[in-house]
Amino acid sequence: MSHPVIEASHLSLTFETNDGPVHALSDVSLDIQKGEFVSLIGPSGCGKTTLLRVIADLEQPSEGEININGMSPHEARLKRAYGYVFQAPALYPWRTIGKNIALPLEIMGYSKVEQAERVRKGLDLVNLTGFEKKFPWQLSGGMQQRASIARALSFDPDLLLMDEPFGALDEIVRDKLNEQLLRLWEMTQKTVVFVTHSIPEAVFLSTKIVVMSPRPGKIHDIITCDFPRDRTLDIRETPEFIDVANRVRQGLREGHSYVD
Amino acid sequence: MLTSLWQGKTLPVLVVCAIIAVFWYLGSIWLNADMQRMLFENNGQASYTTAELIEGTLSQEKPKLPTPGQILAELNKTVLETAPTSKRSLVYHGSVTISATLLGFLIGSMLGMGLAILVVHIKSLDRSLMPWVVASQTIPIIALAPMIVVIMNQFEVTGLIPKAVIAAYLSFFPVTVGMVKGLRSPDPLQLDLMRTYSASQWQTFLKLRVPASVPYLFTSLKVGVAASLVGTVVAELTKSEDGGFGARLLGGSYYGQTIQIWAALFAAAACAWVLVSLVGVVDRVVTKAMGARP
Repeated sequence: MSHPVIEASHLSLTFETNDGPVHALSDVSLDIQKGEFVSLIGPSGCGKTTLLRVIADLEQPSEGEININGMSPHEARLKRAYGYVFQAPALYPWRTIGKNIALPLEIMGYSKVEQAERVRKGLDLVNLTGFEKKFPWQLSGGMQQRASIARALSFDPDLLLMDEPFGALDEIVRDKLNEQLLRLWEMTQKTVVFVTHSIPEAVFLSTKIVVMSPRPGKIHDIITCDFPRDRTLDIRETPEFIDVANRVRQGLREGHSYVD
Repeated sequence: MLTSLWQGKTLPVLVVCAIIAVFWYLGSIWLNADMQRMLFENNGQASYTTAELIEGTLSQEKPKLPTPGQILAELNKTVLETAPTSKRSLVYHGSVTISATLLGFLIGSMLGMGLAILVVHIKSLDRSLMPWVVASQTIPIIALAPMIVVIMNQFEVTGLIPKAVIAAYLSFFPVTVGMVKGLRSPDPLQLDLMRTYSASQWQTFLKLRVPASVPYLFTSLKVGVAASLVGTVVAELTKSEDGGFGARLLGGSYYGQTIQIWAALFAAAACAWVLVSLVGVVDRVVTKAMGARP
């Protein structure tokens, strides 16, 4: 049995604010294996984004231990072990789509030839061929987010961290991108950690759903979800799908119940 | 044709100009009337018609308020009809002012950008340097300019340089403030992105902070170039032997040549307008290349 890609044990993170400490994460333990698609789901304030940011070394845990491929998150970040997709596309407005996708490649010192080749592949991967020379504002929100996914994948990291990437998009576009993301995952065999607050999205995409509850942010339940990798959107009509979705909904309700 | 004029800028600008001109002429008549009555008295002309009085107020040699026509005539004479090499030519004085302005603007904007880069990257400088940068602008330049000229003279630095230094003194400030704001303008998301690539501070500076600061920079440069011209003119009031608009203003006020003063003011304003417009043109070219929405 190989090492898990992500090994978190007893993670806690407390933000000191003017209104006193906020317990963003409390005693979070989680293992993620290579090739898994793990969704973190929960109401706002449950620490799902914070957990993702801890994995990415954008936040430091107050307590506990976390390893990425056997390294600390800091070492993993320096080794460029992951690609990160934010809630907003965060494309630089002064760069064309092609140049935006090339940004990590420029920083990591890829040759011009290699850059051009990878940009071409990236555009192809997210169906944006022909938009290389366009500026971000000339693209729709969904296309911009696809470009940001291509940017995160351009340097071929094994781990993809996605923070509600489709949260700002309408449901029609979101369905389409979910299907494309699934194909992409199937094709590239990457490990994905995906933050969302949409139950159907989590159930449709994941191999494992981590249900989180707020105040303090902790893991309430972990639900395995083993639909075939080549699933399509139709699967959402099947009893199995609805069953898993209900379990997730139940978990969210229990985690949230003491608030009411 | 008429509608296109209304929709464009031309007609509104012309209308405003015409309104200003009308009020200006009325002002000239009003302000110069007392002097004109005295002139008639001194000439022994006891009775005169209102028409004669008005005509007189509009054609005095040293009026309190020259008419736009008189200023334009003076401009025509000193810009177009006088050889540019002559010390009576406004083209000559303009070139003196412009060269000091441009040199000062160059020094000032370089200094401003350099300071901004330091302030953004070194926390202690932000606290220690910025208050001085602000304080430097609270000193009246008209009081400081002669000191700078005298001190630099002591080190045998004369001619263009002292004037450029004073121009730079005024122009570095807006550039520093604007550039600091611009270099700090990337949002947390854009900065986090650089962190996920473990980009170096230098790479973050070059690929994120600098391009993000460009719109702020150009706004400051427009203010800076106009301030630079003001600084040069102030310096020329102190160092009038080298010529320039400032010297022209000073000479005019010695001899009560109000028309000459107003003509120099107009010429200086026109130069500032041209300089600001030139920065604006560069701004548009650069922003377009950087993918701004048309």
